[in-house]
Amino acid sequence: MKSEPVVMGIETSCDETGVGIVRGTELLADAVASSVEEHARFGGVVPEVASRAHLEAMVPTVQRALDDAGLTLADLDGIAVTAGPGLAGALMVGVGAAKAYSIATGVPLYGVNHLSAHIAVDTLENGPIPEPAIGLLVSGGHSSIMLVEDLAGKVTQLGASIDDAAGEAFDKVARLLGLPFPGGPYIDRAAQNGDRAYVRFPRGLTAAKDMERHRYDFSFSGLKTAVARWIETRRADGEDVPVDDVAAAFQEAVCDVLTGKAILAAKEHGVDTILLGGGVAANSRLRALATERAEQAGITLRYPRPKLCTDNGAMVAALGSHLVAAGVAPSRIDFPANSSMNIEVVSLADRL
Amino acid sequence: MRVLAIDTATSAVQAALVDLDGNGDGLDGDDLFLTAFRREIDGRGHVEKLAPFIEACLAEAGRTAADVDAVVAGIGPGPFTGLRVGMVTAAAFADGAGIPVYGVCSLDGIGANTRGRALVATDARRKEVYWALYEDGAREGEPQVCKPSDLPETGADYAIGEGASLYADQLKVPAETAPVYPDLVKLVELAAPRLLAGAPSEQLTPLYLRRPDAQPAPGPPR
Ligand SMILES: [Zn+2]
Repeated sequence: MKSEPVVMGIETSCDETGVGIVRGTELLADAVASSVEEHARFGGVVPEVASRAHLEAMVPTVQRALDDAGLTLADLDGIAVTAGPGLAGALMVGVGAAKAYSIATGVPLYGVNHLSAHIAVDTLENGPIPEPAIGLLVSGGHSSIMLVEDLAGKVTQLGASIDDAAGEAFDKVARLLGLPFPGGPYIDRAAQNGDRAYVRFPRGLTAAKDMERHRYDFSFSGLKTAVARWIETRRADGEDVPVDDVAAAFQEAVCDVLTGKAILAAKEHGVDTILLGGGVAANSRLRALATERAEQAGITLRYPRPKLCTDNGAMVAALGSHLVAAGVAPSRIDFPANSSMNIEVVSLADRL
Repeated sequence: MRVLAIDTATSAVQAALVDLDGNGDGLDGDDLFLTAFRREIDGRGHVEKLAPFIEACLAEAGRTAADVDAVVAGIGPGPFTGLRVGMVTAAAFADGAGIPVYGVCSLDGIGANTRGRALVATDARRKEVYWALYEDGAREGEPQVCKPSDLPETGADYAIGEGASLYADQLKVPAETAPVYPDLVKLVELAAPRLLAGAPSEQLTPLYLRRPDAQPAPGPPR
């Protein structure tokens, strides 16, 4: 009987080329090559720039991860790769590489869902996930509330952003405030010195009628517009824009809605664990507010350290290891990279 | 030696196993032997089809990945997304199998088979072609990209390749009507000096010829 599965995870859905290696829930390597600086001057991720960087970084990043783990490919029990969702051209680099590594080594291949991987990464720090659990995934690409009944196969989406992702709103508001890309960390830092109650920005989809149709959904584009208008008016009046205060007030609006709806989802589904994941889960206010509200509601809140919240290969490896341990079938070699992969498909076991 | 050859620089997704004999002082027709070959014309199917094609080639030849001694890959020019799939597949297969990988210009896989003065043109999408000129199979200068109507006076006797057949009506020289794709055996032949000399493995860099479109992603993938 073999012990814990050793799995390599490959992640290329956006601008990070990530290769992680885990043994069971133990993190052995987390190598990431980022092209974020190349995107900064465009104020957003440029797909072609990201894809080019992935191709260049792919093999060296795999080698770095293996070196860090002190392993060779022959030691692997599985290779997991993000099959979607994400940027199509970027995904294809990782999927192409993973398939080739699998054929060359005979190691079974698992095409997995990026969003479930964001949940699975928490096992590396906080151990097995109690099921069911609510996942709150927030990043530049997604803002979702997920119900995880079985991380190896039954994950459903309770709600998601109907327009901008939360991270996107951070980027856009950062731009309005003259802060660099990606906006999240800069807004977080500025907000430390700001007044959260300085101005009350709108909380999208929280009005009574919206709570009927979009109970667990989010909307952040109206918030972004409200911030833009507020800044405009202020400038038209010849007054300075207090960057720290606006950052704090904006951040508060985002975190208020995210945590409020996640707690509501947990309560209404009788779930007593909430997991945070995605780049925005590194936000200090989101963590603080979620902690406070979870405590009040008697809910356990879990989140991994910031480096594991952002996109990386470790999360893909963590999900892969969970699938191997659960005896889930590997994927067929002809599976596609699916930029709009359904959130409810955890892995492409025996199907496309 | 047994070589895995891959090219995805055109709408042809293709993989082959090619046996290469020879001792380094010149090749003749008997030194290259195509043992297995898979090709499908599907400009959007690279990531789904290429890996199964490699598996099928290995199975047909009665071989496993461990029997492959080197990888040769077309490095374009070609539409980026598909091209990258072939190149990352070649690089990762080589890394996974612990064998070297070598890159060859994909246009040479067509041009090196031509006689006389030939214009090789492949489909670059956006109503453009990737092209290069060949004199008795030898390329003149570096590959280029432009609109078919903007091609310079080349003095070519004829044009050949997917781009030539697609834009035959805009070319100043007669075009082969049947599309022709990079010949994997030819790619291996062109890499033979490196293969036989045991040259160091290469970091494959695509012949992009175009700068990336500097447009940020429109929004979150949904
Ligand atoms: Zn993500």
